[in-house]
Amino acid sequence: MTLDGKVPSGPIETRWARHRDHLRLISPANKRRYTVIVVGTGLGGGSASATLAQLGYNVLAFCYQDSARRAHSIAAQGGINAAKNYGGDGDSVYRLFYETVKGGDFRSRESNVYRLAELSGNIIDQCVAQGVPFQREYSGELSTRSFGGALVSRTLFCRGQTGQQLLLGCYQAMMRQVSEGSLKVFPKKEMLDLVVVDGEAKGILVRDLTTGEYEAYAADAVVIATGGYASVFNLSTNAVGSNVGAIMRCYKKGALMANPCYTQIHPTCIPFAGWFQSKLILMSESLRNDGRVWVPKKKGDKRPPHEIPESDRDYYLERKYPSYGNLAPRDISSRAAKEACDDGRGVGPSGYAVYLDFRDAIQRHGRKVIEERYGNLFELYEHIMGEDPYAQPMKIYPASHYAMGGLWVDYNLMSNIPGLFVIGEANFSDHGANRLGASALMQGLADGYFVLPYTIGDYLATTQPGKVKPDNQEFKKVKEDDEARVNRLLSIKGSRTVLDFRIELGRLLWENVGMARSEETLTKALEEIPRIREAFWSDLKLTGSEKDLNQQLERAWRLSEALDFAEILTLDARERRESCGAHFRVEHQTPDGEALRNDAEYSYVAAWEYKGEGEKPAMHKEPLTFEVVQPTVRSYK
Amino acid sequence: MRFHLKVWRQEGPEAPGRFFDYDVDDIIPEMSLLEMLDKLNEELIKKGTPPITFESDCREGICGTCGMVVNGSAHGPQPKTTTCEIRMRHFQDGEAITIEPFRAAVFPVQKDLIVERAGLDKVIQAGGYTSAYTGTHADANAILVPKDDQEYAMDAAACIGCGACVAACPNSSAMLFVAAKIAHLGTLPQGKPEEASRALSMTEAMQEEGFGACSNHFECQAVCPKGIRVETIARLNRAFLKASLKRLA
Ligand SMILES: Cc1cc2nc3c(=O)[nH]c(=O)nc-3n(C[C@H](O)[C@H](O)[C@H](O)COP(=O)(O)OP(=O)(O)OC[C@H]3O[C@@H](n4cnc5c(N)ncnc54)[C@H](O)[C@@H]3O)c2cc1C
Ligand code: FES
Repeated sequence: MTLDGKVPSGPIETRWARHRDHLRLISPANKRRYTVIVVGTGLGGGSASATLAQLGYNVLAFCYQDSARRAHSIAAQGGINAAKNYGGDGDSVYRLFYETVKGGDFRSRESNVYRLAELSGNIIDQCVAQGVPFQREYSGELSTRSFGGALVSRTLFCRGQTGQQLLLGCYQAMMRQVSEGSLKVFPKKEMLDLVVVDGEAKGILVRDLTTGEYEAYAADAVVIATGGYASVFNLSTNAVGSNVGAIMRCYKKGALMANPCYTQIHPTCIPFAGWFQSKLILMSESLRNDGRVWVPKKKGDKRPPHEIPESDRDYYLERKYPSYGNLAPRDISSRAAKEACDDGRGVGPSGYAVYLDFRDAIQRHGRKVIEERYGNLFELYEHIMGEDPYAQPMKIYPASHYAMGGLWVDYNLMSNIPGLFVIGEANFSDHGANRLGASALMQGLADGYFVLPYTIGDYLATTQPGKVKPDNQEFKKVKEDDEARVNRLLSIKGSRTVLDFRIELGRLLWENVGMARSEETLTKALEEIPRIREAFWSDLKLTGSEKDLNQQLERAWRLSEALDFAEILTLDARERRESCGAHFRVEHQTPDGEALRNDAEYSYVAAWEYKGEGEKPAMHKEPLTFEVVQPTVRSYK
Repeated sequence: MRFHLKVWRQEGPEAPGRFFDYDVDDIIPEMSLLEMLDKLNEELIKKGTPPITFESDCREGICGTCGMVVNGSAHGPQPKTTTCEIRMRHFQDGEAITIEPFRAAVFPVQKDLIVERAGLDKVIQAGGYTSAYTGTHADANAILVPKDDQEYAMDAAACIGCGACVAACPNSSAMLFVAAKIAHLGTLPQGKPEEASRALSMTEAMQEEGFGACSNHFECQAVCPKGIRVETIARLNRAFLKASLKRLA
């Protein structure tokens, strides 16, 4: 299989404009004859649904929550990047492009990243028009702040609730389209499968989560926007419902899974405290604008933080990365935290936490300013930990957070299955081996508001609207298969719960496929995963029935897909015998412990093809070429 | 820590429900209330009993999915806290805790602690947006917004749409929910032009969906996990009046 990324050529500054000008169009009057399914109502799916409906397509949007407004994009705290140069510090489209390519450790497509940077400003204009209340200065102009991996201040924000406000913008635009009749939203419906007819994506099978009934929906194209897979680690910053099910079902129908090993571990989260935890809540990266990260210099120093004098503190990020300091990128900051704790200098009851200290910032700016900037985050921390971060430093530790990998898409955001588009965190597109802070919101909205609405027309123009109906044989076949799988889950009648297996898998991945990976740990995980899967399929205990609101069954379905996914993630990690971005192979590091890339052999996108149950998937390579930015050693020193 | 729980169980919308008693043990103070229910559910499943059905997603107080009545108040007795944010350290060891679904005729129980809240989406569909098309717009700094206005809009925009205000109101009114949207959009220059018509259409939609009217009990403000204030309702009333007068004229 040759992977054609359909990347335009010529000067990078005009690639997108020229490409867009040559996309096929559908006349306004004809658009309503086309139906598009959008699975997911987060920033990716929400912005796409609203825009496609406004353009005149007939749109059907699905989500598993009880309202489109509850997609996990709502939880994004810190902000969204835009190359507006509002900070007046010399920002530009080129600089955002450059920093994103570098931040991704030269493992993304230049053309995609440039387009993203180019569209970033439009997003902000669009959101302000929708009434998103971005933070402002006394002059009435928009405020910005800095995020990791950037030397300029280009992140716009709404206190610590940026994702919420951006999502409400999408949601409200969606609700407007609902009232105009061009969009229908189907909450509490879980996509179980993709329906492919004659090689093209023509619909989905869903399970109604209230009644347990299966329903078939046909369309002329399907857009997947179901978010990331960080939840395979069990404990993550994702929602308890976040799952890899939808993209795995697409994979099993022939869509390629790209770079699954690129998983971001976020440096600043609530530390692990026990297996009772249902998630590890994020403490926004924006806190690193003012908070200083440190651990005691001496091993096992158990003194309370305020009793440890300056001379006994190691501000290790400032020490190791003087030019970026506390704003070093996430992969680097996470590894540094792990290193300090592995060295016995961690704090908190488990020794697996580091301090994030606001003492100096409060002294410099006063409590009121800090409260204005981070008030709700401090409140959140106090709620969870029962400690006042104004009075003593926060305790934080890295946790699984974001998926850079995902379904493979070309420059048009279409997968290798014609008619199947993938946007938002669910695709692999723009972040390479590591995503910079505040860039996921930007990417989701760029995909949904400004890219997909154009590129999907190019595909639809080649198809006849309404060709496939839900009574097509293929829908029947998919329903029979999925119903059988559901019944298989219910009929195991073993002794262990879904959560039990979820914890076992998550722990295995965290310990062996987490922040530091080696041939040995990856091989071990590849041996263990099939064993857990087998135990799952022979010893799972479920209660309740199929045709009912049955949350255990929902979770079992999702976990069954996570078990299959974990194997590709680990395989991809083992085959990539280099370190890059968040993918850190201990065998491949520089003498001072930094990631050691191998461009000669690994400058490619690894796209995995499903070969059937129990078969090893096949890897296809899309070579990455760099015409504008020359890959260098990524240094933040 | 150990607790005695009284939890509302109901098999379906038509089925009668009642409280069931459960004893839970080995609870750590750091656990959240929902993590305690997770733990109890694990034990129930192992015994072959159907676990307690409840909704949650973000588990950090922002998505608005969770929502139960804990010890008689929506989202529990602590102010400005969602159900998922409640930690067990706030209870006394050995305490009895009652957990039941939001109670309002407009929010019918679907199963155990889950209620149907689709009416809130319908109210937003009636005008809870700016009619800006999605696409390119003038530069975001082209219209300056006074910082105080932006802060005020943000206070109101913080609503998570959980429906606690409806559940706490003796009339099951969604007035605070509507008022928050009116205040959020109406304070900003981008939303101002449609403020009066928005107030009218959303208030009418609220009535059509079966939510009651506001009779100034202000229970809503007390339970709102995001601290939305009842002053916003005064603003809504003004906008509503203005639109109604315009319609008469
Ligand atoms: C705590 C947290 C904080 C973050 N902070 C930031 C930040 O400050 N800046 C930034 O840029 N990024 C941030 N991110 C990352 C960013 O929020 C996400 O990458 C982004 O919002 C994902 O959007 P999405 O639309 O792809 O998916 P989501 O918002 O996760 O939406 C997924 C949608 O798919 C639906 N779905 C899933 N599976 C199915 C199925 N089988 N059937 C039907 N529907 C389904 C869900 O119901 C939901 O509607 C943060 C992430 C987290 C977790
Ligand atoms: S689960 Fe999201 S607010 Fe409680």
